[in-house]
Amino acid sequence: MTGRDANGGAPMLSARDIRKRFGEVEVLKGVSVDAHPGDVITILGASGSGKSTFLRCLNFLETPTGGSVMLHGEPIVTRPDGEGNHQPRDRRQLRRLRARVGFVFQQFNLWPHMTVLGNVAEGPRQVLKTSRAEAEARALALLEKVGLAERANFYPAHLSGGQQQRAAIARTLAMDPELILFDEPTSALDPELVGEVLEVIRGLAREGRTMLIVTHEMGFAREVATRTMFLHEGLVEEDGDPEALFTQPESERLRQFLRRHLS
Amino acid sequence: MDGFGWDIILQSLPKLLEGLWVTAQLVLVSGLFGLLLALPLGIARSSPRPWVRALPFGYIFFFRGTPLLVQLFLIYYGLAQFEAIRQGPLWYLLREPYVCALLTFSLHTAAYIAEILRGALQAVPPGEVEAARAIGMGRWLTLRRVLLPRAAQIGLPAYGNEVILMVKGSALASTITLLDLTGMARTLIAGNYRAVEMFLAAGVLYLIFNWVLQRLFRLAERAMNRHLREPPRLVQQPVPRVPSGLDPPL
Repeated sequence: MTGRDANGGAPMLSARDIRKRFGEVEVLKGVSVDAHPGDVITILGASGSGKSTFLRCLNFLETPTGGSVMLHGEPIVTRPDGEGNHQPRDRRQLRRLRARVGFVFQQFNLWPHMTVLGNVAEGPRQVLKTSRAEAEARALALLEKVGLAERANFYPAHLSGGQQQRAAIARTLAMDPELILFDEPTSALDPELVGEVLEVIRGLAREGRTMLIVTHEMGFAREVATRTMFLHEGLVEEDGDPEALFTQPESERLRQFLRRHLS
Repeated sequence: MDGFGWDIILQSLPKLLEGLWVTAQLVLVSGLFGLLLALPLGIARSSPRPWVRALPFGYIFFFRGTPLLVQLFLIYYGLAQFEAIRQGPLWYLLREPYVCALLTFSLHTAAYIAEILRGALQAVPPGEVEAARAIGMGRWLTLRRVLLPRAAQIGLPAYGNEVILMVKGSALASTITLLDLTGMARTLIAGNYRAVEMFLAAGVLYLIFNWVLQRLFRLAERAMNRHLREPPRLVQQPVPRVPSGLDPPL
């Protein structure tokens, strides 16, 4: 967990006791996480364990029904909305914090009416108010970094899934996020396209980026992580050093999970 | 009066084209005003809040649920019933049948366009909106940069259809003394008794006008859907580098 000392021990992201209920079903029953600069936390769990919901609660794409989120030491202020959700109270604060937290979606979610270059330059231009020339120059450099510079003028519809996801990662990087959340970034990809996306994320880990990654790629989760969390039915079942977690799982559920996914 | 009056048609053509020009004005101007009015209506219609949806719902309920002819009569004959309007500053406009027709058509088509817009806004994949939110875009920016451009692509064919329906609906303007294409044809018939020739000629002119509109909308669709056509060439020229230090290489 590099960088923790340099930062005086203050976590970049601190989520406490996050809960989320959809109607009668409580998907998250109180999950906490601290991410310090340089942490790469991989989050494992069977489908339905709440790991994607947890990630989405961290930047309020999903409004939690309980708990608190602190980004860069700043708590996101919320108010209850009568249906038990903790709605963000200050939209301006939320927008400001979201601009510093990247989010990479399972389904890429590129904007189909913009070129790849347009997609990557959009955030800097519209949210950060960077000049067009500067935003596009930087977007092109980022596309080169993810290996897509020659396809800058393509529309998303003309890219493979792996290329789209790499473009989506470039779009996230363009905002210069201090923390990036990955929500199953390779789950929508054909098997032969998974590698190219994982390679890009590995590169980001080598740069010392702070990331939370929900994934089903076990080898990748073990190798890239500084810490691994295993969620089961809305609770953290096991949490710790990835090597220890993968080689000596303590809980029976994690053992079963690994047996199923490592075969 | 034997035989088909080709010469009568030819003689009447300048007058009929005059009428077509009035029809075109009515349709294009009301299509534009209707669109402008439909923007807030359609956006409010797609709001998740029930009380925001209620007002446009009432508006759309009325204008879609009553005949255009009734709406036209209500405005043309109805407005004059009110002393306040007759004494009001806009009376010199509202007493004109042309203005009444424009007003009615704009209000009427706005209701339909608002419904088209609502459907198109709701058809935008939610993930694209989430992506905008996730990089810190607010509601207005998301609407302007993602939702509306995407809804325009999705709703354009239906909007083109609505404009063509309005071309045909605009014939009702002739009932309040306007000399649109239908009104002109009827006026000519009153003089030359050539109902078949006049209406046939008017019908052909309507067809041609609608055909042109369809072509224009097709072109607009092609322009808007360029992102689905064949991919462009790979960028060949060397990639300009950003100043060093801005972004460390992988």
